[in-house]
Amino acid sequence: MSNSLIDIKEVDVTYPAQGFGKKPFKALTSVSLDIRPGETVGLVGESGSGKTTLGRAVLGLAPVTAGVIDYGGRDIAHLGRRERRALASDIQVVFQDPYSSLNPSLTIEQILAEPLTARGVAGKTARTRVRDLLGQVALPADAAGRLPREFSGGQRQRIAIARALALDPKLIVCDEPVSALDLSTQAKVLDLFIDIQRRTGVAYLFISHDLAVVRHVSHRVAVMYHGEIVEAGDGDQVTAHPQHPYTQRLFMAAPVPDPDRQAKRRVERQRLLAAQAAAGQA
Amino acid sequence: MSTVAVPAVPLEVLAEAPAGKVSLLRRLLRNPIGVTCLGYLVLLALVAVFGRLMAPQDPDRADPGNFLASPSAEHLMGTDSTGRDVLSRLLAATQISVAAALLATVIAVVLGVVTGLIAGYFGGWFDSISSWIAGLLMAMPGFVVLLAARAVIGPTVWMAMVVFGVLMAPGFFRLVYAAVTAVRNELYVDAARVAGLSDARIIGRHIMSVVRAPIIIQAAMAAGIAVAIQAGLDFLGLGDLGVASWGAMLNDGFAKIYNQPILMLWPSLAIALTCIALTLLANALRDELERAGAAPKRKKKAGAARDDGDVIIQAADVIVHGADAHSQALTGEVLLDVHHLRVGYDQPDGSVTEVVHGIDLRVHRGSIHGLIGESGSGKTQTAFAIMGLLPAGGRVLEGASIMFAGQELAGGSEALYRGILGKRIAYIPQEPMSNLDPSFTVGSQLTEPMRLALGLKRAQAKQRALDLLDRVGIPDPARTFAAYPHEISGGMAQRVLIAGAVSLDPQLLIADEPTTALDVTVQAEVLELIRDLQTELNLGVLLVTHNFGVVADLCDQVSVMQRGLIVEAGPVRAIFHDAQHPYTQSLLDAILDDAAPRGPLGADREEVAP
Repeated sequence: MSNSLIDIKEVDVTYPAQGFGKKPFKALTSVSLDIRPGETVGLVGESGSGKTTLGRAVLGLAPVTAGVIDYGGRDIAHLGRRERRALASDIQVVFQDPYSSLNPSLTIEQILAEPLTARGVAGKTARTRVRDLLGQVALPADAAGRLPREFSGGQRQRIAIARALALDPKLIVCDEPVSALDLSTQAKVLDLFIDIQRRTGVAYLFISHDLAVVRHVSHRVAVMYHGEIVEAGDGDQVTAHPQHPYTQRLFMAAPVPDPDRQAKRRVERQRLLAAQAAAGQA
Repeated sequence: MSTVAVPAVPLEVLAEAPAGKVSLLRRLLRNPIGVTCLGYLVLLALVAVFGRLMAPQDPDRADPGNFLASPSAEHLMGTDSTGRDVLSRLLAATQISVAAALLATVIAVVLGVVTGLIAGYFGGWFDSISSWIAGLLMAMPGFVVLLAARAVIGPTVWMAMVVFGVLMAPGFFRLVYAAVTAVRNELYVDAARVAGLSDARIIGRHIMSVVRAPIIIQAAMAAGIAVAIQAGLDFLGLGDLGVASWGAMLNDGFAKIYNQPILMLWPSLAIALTCIALTLLANALRDELERAGAAPKRKKKAGAARDDGDVIIQAADVIVHGADAHSQALTGEVLLDVHHLRVGYDQPDGSVTEVVHGIDLRVHRGSIHGLIGESGSGKTQTAFAIMGLLPAGGRVLEGASIMFAGQELAGGSEALYRGILGKRIAYIPQEPMSNLDPSFTVGSQLTEPMRLALGLKRAQAKQRALDLLDRVGIPDPARTFAAYPHEISGGMAQRVLIAGAVSLDPQLLIADEPTTALDVTVQAEVLELIRDLQTELNLGVLLVTHNFGVVADLCDQVSVMQRGLIVEAGPVRAIFHDAQHPYTQSLLDAILDDAAPRGPLGADREEVAP
């Protein structure tokens, strides 16, 4: 698509073998996906499905062995370290673990100013920008002088979001950004993501194992299984009428928070599994 | 030799450290051992720099008429075999000995740290080659190499110390390498890379801060060793005996040990005190660092601030819903009756921090009671308190009652619990993998409790284990029986633990977030399994979870916990359809499952034009 922000075309990621006699590990096989400006594309899958690897490939942290990641008309899958650094202002990240994604020995201001000073923003301008960023993620300005350990998980994730926003990126890769959070905190952080998108027009590649979360934030949804995208489409379509057998199984497996509806779903799931097994036999 | 500037080793290294960690130096100054060692080393540094000026007499002026003199007012430490003043010589020798040790340490630190950083951070061929060389150097007997080097390059202190520095470098290499590879994959390093920081900046900012402290400690140790080795070489007469050093003085004293034994004392004292001071300083540093590392953990546990917007509640607010048609159909007797359970942790100052504030809970035979709450609500503490498995310092406070099948467990002895845990109350943990011992096969971990508790023979126990593995849906029981935990998946491991839990025919099953670590499709299967086994064995189950989907799937009764209190309890349908407590309502509102999907871009509910 010509109006896409980033276009991932038939990407393979293969991790080199760990030690002699071991096979290299192919984490992604011919994955294609595009993201438009201001859009959220949700990426669902179970552990080991390759969804995190795809995010890391976009960030330049995973070895792309085939295919092209087209951003602004050039392939960013095979950039040198220097060229990659220049992309920092366009593509950013929010990781899952709010505890290990912030250096415990730096203050919030040092953490947030880091991407700015790396690009030569002067101290005073950077400090003003840090205050502004803290405001954007609804943290008090006096948070700047404190250390990460003084904040709860939800607050730390806000700090990580602020860091991602520091350079006004076009795309943020969100790798399970709310999985480590409590239910009520999770809802607030998701609202913050949506709110920021409306204000800034940033696009998200939103990676999660939680279908409800993905459905809530995504315009489009892609489902990954064994290193491949098995189904992709508009969020309401994919989540309401899944076509691929795996997607059907996946969506049926998630329990509904209502005892009576869940009892029904349990029966439906059994029926689906039986039908799929029968189809597999035939 | 005067070209080498000679402050004592640790001082110089420490001087770099305080950049972000002034508090470490300050803490060290409050540590009695640390401050004593530091004081001694400062003194040593001053002597090393100004020793020749301080010397009362010319250290090299021989007085053949007055050799091997005992200590006197003129010669405070006596004179040596050629009549030189021992005190003056000792003061002058400090410079050489300290400079030599410093040289070896600096070479070891620079070489080891630089290569360790590069190999650890970038990996690749440099990693392979440098690790190989480090291993080779470590395998070489240091002293023999020094002797060989002496034979080749002659009796020079400095070259010997350069060689020794190279020999000590692998210690630093390994240390830095291990620290860097541990940090390299931390998410904040990835985040820094994505933020556009150069490699040099990432190493300087994020990686050096982690390896700095261990390097300082190791450097202090290494300096001590270098002092001893340098003295050893000179003592053996392999050094340049024309130059005053502690080792050379030792050599001279040893030659005259029968004529003037006290000559041995002074250099030995200097060497011993310096080595001890350096080693103790390293220990004190490590102690202070460990203390600093331990403190935040406690803080995190106790003081983690909650996110904004929680509703604060009191014990009086418990809302209990009456039975409905579904719950009336469950007529099992009360299996577990918890009354006014309070859990507290003893603090060092004698006070008690209470984390569960008096809760009531009942589990009936043949029904599943869900205990739902967010992190820190006390739900896991409650489960552990019932099983008498609270971590150190935690205990069930006075006035609580935990009745299990007519038996009081509150305050029960270990022997009482030994008779009950596993046998009558079984437990399914959250992390299946960490609850299997990696060094034993699945089979041996399953059969051992059966043989101990039920007195089964080996073959009987094996048969029962295979039956159970089959029952919990493991496709090839014999293969899993013989497998080690790392050879099976997380879902399989959880099934194995469930098989273990029901293997001794328990009455009550306590499951703490049993599916949280599992994928959603595996979760569905494990939930199914728990439900089937519960019906089949007529178990009472206490299910701790934070997931409303899991509650809806399994539970008959639900208790909602917040901040160590149960705020609302009742049949599952009453909680979902008729929640009264504002906290329960806020939790239910936060569930996204029933929210409308966002829809395609542009057709968004209230999208603004870009």
